[in-house]
Amino acid sequence: MKLLHHIGAYFIMLRLVFIKPTKAKVMQKLIFQDVQDLIIGSLGIVGFLSFFVGGVVSIQTALNIESPLIPKNLVGFATRQSVILEFAPTFMCIILAGKVGSFITSSIGTMRVTEQIDALEVMGINSVNYLVFPKIVSMILLPLVINISMFLGILGGYAATLYGGFSSSADFIEGIQMDFEPFHVAYAFIKTLLFAMVLATIPSYHGYFMKGGALEVGKAATVAFVWTSVVIIVLNYFVTQLLLA
Amino acid sequence: MIELRDIRKSFDGVEVLKGISMTFEPGKTNLIIGQSGSGKTVLLKCLLGLHQPDGGTMLFNNRAFGEMDDDEQRTLRREMGMVFQGSALFDSMTVLENVMFPMQMLTKQSETAIRKAAEEVIERVNLVESNHKLPAELSGGMQKRVAIARAIVMKPKYLFCDEPNSGLDPKTAIVIDNLVREITQENNITTVINSHDMNSVMEIGDTILFLKNGVKAWKGSKELIFKTDNKAICDFVYSSNLMKKVKEMYQ
Repeated sequence: MKLLHHIGAYFIMLRLVFIKPTKAKVMQKLIFQDVQDLIIGSLGIVGFLSFFVGGVVSIQTALNIESPLIPKNLVGFATRQSVILEFAPTFMCIILAGKVGSFITSSIGTMRVTEQIDALEVMGINSVNYLVFPKIVSMILLPLVINISMFLGILGGYAATLYGGFSSSADFIEGIQMDFEPFHVAYAFIKTLLFAMVLATIPSYHGYFMKGGALEVGKAATVAFVWTSVVIIVLNYFVTQLLLA
Repeated sequence: MIELRDIRKSFDGVEVLKGISMTFEPGKTNLIIGQSGSGKTVLLKCLLGLHQPDGGTMLFNNRAFGEMDDDEQRTLRREMGMVFQGSALFDSMTVLENVMFPMQMLTKQSETAIRKAAEEVIERVNLVESNHKLPAELSGGMQKRVAIARAIVMKPKYLFCDEPNSGLDPKTAIVIDNLVREITQENNITTVINSHDMNSVMEIGDTILFLKNGVKAWKGSKELIFKTDNKAICDFVYSSNLMKKVKEMYQ
């Protein structure tokens, strides 16, 4: 029953996001601020993780190829497929659920605790639109981050393969070009956009409706991370089934 | 003027407000006092529209809040200013930006006009030198003054303050109390202050509503509070040794 209550309240909140909009000039400023905090602020960690995880994927693949019958270009192929299909869109979004999600929950939760949200409501401002809408808009840029993650993941794989001596440069490049399906990239971006919506709204919900003090802000951020990850994983399953199966 | 008629509010079956009736007049500082849990904050939140009363009528200049549509309620809210207990200033904005914020959001005035209006009220609360500071760089008393400036920048007809001097030293508390009273009188605002501070009561209590367990237990003014023999208010007022001494001296 409690879960149903939360699901209902979440969708009511989503409806409120799109009614009684904030003035365009103010909203523009808020969107730029959120792009800075949520998107540009995530590029460093995304780039770092993608490069090294891409490297690990290629090393693991190379080390597990023992048969001489398997071509060496499989390292590049496996790295590309792993990074584009799963690592960049799904696991990077789960990592971002920790970084971006906890930032959103704690910033909105702190505003709740310190009565700043009440202050907005008393002024006659739609606080849900003011706080959540700019986050949704800025998270539309998430595919850009995932694109960078894909590029750096494959680059990391290439560097690890080359400098580890697991495969030649030509083999790796041949592998990443082999049987390339452009729809796989489209599939990755479609699910990234869905995850972006989840990343912007579930942490906002937990921050907006939190009760209590500073300790509860921390708890809300943890709960938001757990639920965001769960929803991303479940959505990933259904989207994959729908688009690739 | 605000008129309350038989206001009732319950949470999870517990009746917090049990039929409060009261009139708050303009140009006066109207205090709601009472112990913690007496229903002061709930009543204030009902007045602000943050809680919907279960029963009764709230009249703002003879306009019933419950009968207003969304647009009318929004218009009414723009006539309200609120000073929150913790000031509720926006952390990421400077003092000037905090004060300009309601006008930027709710009016179509030019940026220059908004800045001018904000600077005037900041000057009124004596914070000109702190214009470009963030709330975190201000003392508690200064934060309260910014909150007052933000509350009055839209020239409200109604001003609500939730324990405006909690956490302040007695001297700063008096400065805040007097500032609220002066602004109320200058602009003929209907001001409602939630407090349990007896210093405030004695300083600015033009009209006092005493709540006990969600019921109006006494109504009067600072002049009458020492003369009454109402047991509920006497227990509250003379709960401290200081007030007991004051009473002895007064008698």
